[in-house]
Amino acid sequence: MRVTPRYSWLPTPYRSLLLLLVWLLLNQSVELIHLFFGTILALIIPWISGKFRDPQPLIERPLLALRYILLVFGDIVTANAQVAILILGPQSRLNPAFVRVPLDLQHDLPITILASTVSMTPGTVSADVYPCHDTQPGDAEITQRWLLIHVLNLEDEADLIATIKSRYEAPLKEIFQC
Amino acid sequence: MQNWMEWAVAFFLLLGGCFVLIGSIGLSRMPDFFMRLHGPTKATTLGMGGILLGSIFYFSLLQSVSVHELLITIFLLITAPISAHMLIKTALHHQLRAIERTGGERELKKGQQEGSPDTKKALAGDDKP
Repeated sequence: MRVTPRYSWLPTPYRSLLLLLVWLLLNQSVELIHLFFGTILALIIPWISGKFRDPQPLIERPLLALRYILLVFGDIVTANAQVAILILGPQSRLNPAFVRVPLDLQHDLPITILASTVSMTPGTVSADVYPCHDTQPGDAEITQRWLLIHVLNLEDEADLIATIKSRYEAPLKEIFQC
Repeated sequence: MQNWMEWAVAFFLLLGGCFVLIGSIGLSRMPDFFMRLHGPTKATTLGMGGILLGSIFYFSLLQSVSVHELLITIFLLITAPISAHMLIKTALHHQLRAIERTGGERELKKGQQEGSPDTKKALAGDDKP
């Protein structure tokens, strides 16, 4: 895991790329002037705002991150269809439950991404992460953190936990190398 | 505009509309707060995606290429889980009751207690495997 950026003038290269992309999408053109101005903004904004952020793990494997995004997009479509069927089906057959998933991830950014993914995908909404801790340097080390999720229709708890861990958490661990 | 394009735009609009409607039905039909959250967070996202795809098709064919709807999709995908998370955290903090047959009662209680700082210390030693 790497926290300090490679170049101090470019603290978060992928965030800069994303900012440039957003700027081009907003203007809906790839003319030279927009490319130029977008590049300047994409360099300056992370450079200024980087000092106000807590240091977080950086993306080490961009291609894997791209693959993860595509995987999540595909899962959103299937999960939506599933939830639509569950909503329209008979309610007495639903089996709602709270489930606790043990986390291997320790840092806030990867956990946030995991929690958001869990909320968007298979019939689950992430509810809480505990124990919460302050990211003060010199704080006691984190032992084990849990993600509390609410499941709309629980079929097999162990299976669900294993799916979340292998399908979403493992790639995140690869991407951030932690 | 050609005939088949109108069909494609209509298809995406109808698909999106259906999913938004289903999400709203879920919001009013489910028995407790936690189950109600599932409709708006998921079904509605795909519904909005469908409507925005229809919009991209329509304006791209009518005028020039129009892609800034993609931004709305991206921002929606980022914000929807966050707002759901804030809502459910508030529900835990207020110790809202889930319906009777909700499984994992212990986890729910724990989540509710973790919301208040006083009990956090008392529970800290409880979680060791």
